[in-house]
Amino acid sequence: MCGLLAQITVSHYLVVGAVLFVTGVLCMATKRNALGVLMGIELLLNGANVNFVAFGSKLLRADALGLDGQLIPLFVIVLAAAEAAVALAIALNFYNNHTTVDVDKAEELKG
Amino acid sequence: MTIWAATDWYAFFFLLFALLACGFAAAVLFTSNIVRMAFYLTLSLGATAGLFFLAGAEFVGVMQLMIYVGGTLVLLVFGVMLTARAPFLSLRPRSGEWIVSLIAGGTLLFLLIASAFGVRNWRTASDSGPLPLAEAQTATAVGAGLTGVRVDRLNRDAAGHALSQLPHTDSGYLLPFVIVSVHLLVVLVGAAYLARAKVRRRSATESTASVEG
Repeated sequence: MCGLLAQITVSHYLVVGAVLFVTGVLCMATKRNALGVLMGIELLLNGANVNFVAFGSKLLRADALGLDGQLIPLFVIVLAAAEAAVALAIALNFYNNHTTVDVDKAEELKG
Repeated sequence: MTIWAATDWYAFFFLLFALLACGFAAAVLFTSNIVRMAFYLTLSLGATAGLFFLAGAEFVGVMQLMIYVGGTLVLLVFGVMLTARAPFLSLRPRSGEWIVSLIAGGTLLFLLIASAFGVRNWRTASDSGPLPLAEAQTATAVGAGLTGVRVDRLNRDAAGHALSQLPHTDSGYLLPFVIVSVHLLVVLVGAAYLARAKVRRRSATESTASVEG
């Protein structure tokens, strides 16, 4: 393997987490479909999870976080499931009332 | 045969899963078809689970596959199917938004990558030699941690044997576990209430009106 990949370290995992995080942020910002915004949130949470697991991994670093780095992603996964359920219910309600899922059309509360 | 022996399989699998995760995440961003976005997201999250396995967090990887790919994404796909009518299948963002968001995202990505390689402690590998592909067994420790016992932080004597008494400072994750359980229950009940069919109530009032009439 080439020099940059001679030994996989925490930094390589952080780069993957950064790419997932940035694509999630851009998905949230640019998608006009409400479900596309939801998928952006899932990508973003996954980028954060990759960072937690990398910092907690004893294989990559001697002074790692340890078990905390594996327990916090479990909570994040469960909270993401809860958030997806509620956001999907709201999106379906919005679709039933307005017959659209375009978030730009949701402007009744605009001041 | 020498190539087979000389290949660093850890780096190979890391590169494979990292490219899959990042590539399909970019595909989610750049496609405008909502059904394809859901499919690419499935592959990206599955590849992330592979990264978790490689980092030695196999329980988190299994949970990622079961809850995320098997639960949350099925929920999302149901949402896509219930709302996928022709005008919403591909909603394109405006071109001005693309330029601004790509500039902002590129700046953020540059900042994050620069900081990821900026700390020397994160760049240097552990001294344990080549990384094993399957080493850790963490399911028991994770389960004990969720019920309040941190088996990885037991008091140890000079010989390294765990003492029977637990440290008082580490209370584990019992309280957050209970809170998140109740939170999930409340949220799912609320979601079922929000997404219920409203036609039934109207027909019920109509039937009572017809009975009264």
